[in-house]
Amino acid sequence: MQGFDRKGMAARLAQDIPEGWIVNLGIGIPTMVGDYVPLEREVIFHSENGILGMGPAPAADKVDPWLVNAGKQPVTLRPGGSYCHHADSFAMIRGGHIDLCVLGAFEVAANGDIANWATSENDTAPAVGGAMDLGAGAKRLWVIMEHTTKDGRPKLVEQCGYPLTTPAAVKRVYTNLGVFDVVPGKGFVVVDLAPGLTLEQVQSVTGAPLHTQ
Amino acid sequence: MINKIVQSMADAMAGIKDGSTVLIGGFGAVGQPDQLIEALIEQGAKDLVCVANNAGNGRVGLAKLMELGRVRKIICSFPRSAGSVVFEELYRAGKIELEIVPQGTMAERMRAAGAGVPAFFTATSVGTILAHGKEEREFNGRRYVMEHALKGDVALVEAWEGDRWGNLTYRSSGRNFNPVMAMAADLTIAQVSHIRELGELVPENVHTPGIFVNRVIHVDRGPAWA
Repeated sequence: MQGFDRKGMAARLAQDIPEGWIVNLGIGIPTMVGDYVPLEREVIFHSENGILGMGPAPAADKVDPWLVNAGKQPVTLRPGGSYCHHADSFAMIRGGHIDLCVLGAFEVAANGDIANWATSENDTAPAVGGAMDLGAGAKRLWVIMEHTTKDGRPKLVEQCGYPLTTPAAVKRVYTNLGVFDVVPGKGFVVVDLAPGLTLEQVQSVTGAPLHTQ
Repeated sequence: MINKIVQSMADAMAGIKDGSTVLIGGFGAVGQPDQLIEALIEQGAKDLVCVANNAGNGRVGLAKLMELGRVRKIICSFPRSAGSVVFEELYRAGKIELEIVPQGTMAERMRAAGAGVPAFFTATSVGTILAHGKEEREFNGRRYVMEHALKGDVALVEAWEGDRWGNLTYRSSGRNFNPVMAMAADLTIAQVSHIRELGELVPENVHTPGIFVNRVIHVDRGPAWA
């Protein structure tokens, strides 16, 4: 079962971001989402290190060492963009001012729990970064991730096995196999599946029931 | 005449004691006061508690301070960066204590310390292992966890411009933790790329008012950061 590649997943999610939203993209596949939102659709990207109105990566000869995103990669600032300090940047997050946050995850549970920061209670040096702030503070949390682990275990599950980042926070999951809403009291509801896949195929690699709308 | 500008790193570091809590600005390499950290290594204070977003890179700066055995504990949000080799060695060997704090909570704990707020409630970390042992309360039907202010004895910050009253500006995303750390410590030391005459900084554009800054030192960071 193949479905979307990473670029395809990022492009699929980007379709669902309307003009006017303020969006925070996490590290990894989430960062790629920005590449698929056309510049003429005015979406304001927020970066936790104090950037509002972040633009795409610069050309190699235009890199400004002072201007990086949350993953410490060089970025640009769009006209209208601004900088702030960390407490203000996280006030935007924790104060409920961010319309959408997109994160990667190890696991998402049918009740919306997300685990994306530590792989055990005794992880050698776990790194939380801003994930718990984003999970608790953004108006919407969407997850973008592979549907299964590298060894084929489901990442959409009944209950997370890894330590939680935020309970009951995820509203929607984008994977290589499809798009799934998390509906309170119901669980995962299929929005659409990657071209050529059947519900039975996708259910067979999912750790919780998939409902249809 | 008030003059917070010091001419030598020895003067900048004067009086930092063993056992101090040291707030270190920066997000990765950006806005990180590299030359002040080198000066702290030179100065010799030990048994330090360091507060920084990341746990150092390679074997220089904060990583070197840790490798020299001068850091008892690190408080940070993201210790597991690529290149944080020294921290991981020390942590596995049980030679350094780690307090992991969500990034926004870390920033707010320092802002609170600077603003005279001893503790506050936040939804961040509720229902996770990072909330274990912390007081929780419900407000308007939602659960919140209590977090305490995080005060520094010393803050090392990196700014773009500074004047003799200690007013500072920052360069683009180099601002990050520096302003909240500047306000949260008893002794705030700023390395600046440019010294400005009093009155030269546009008052409306001062990012950290001089009240939060004790010492300013000029550091030429070289052409890459010009």
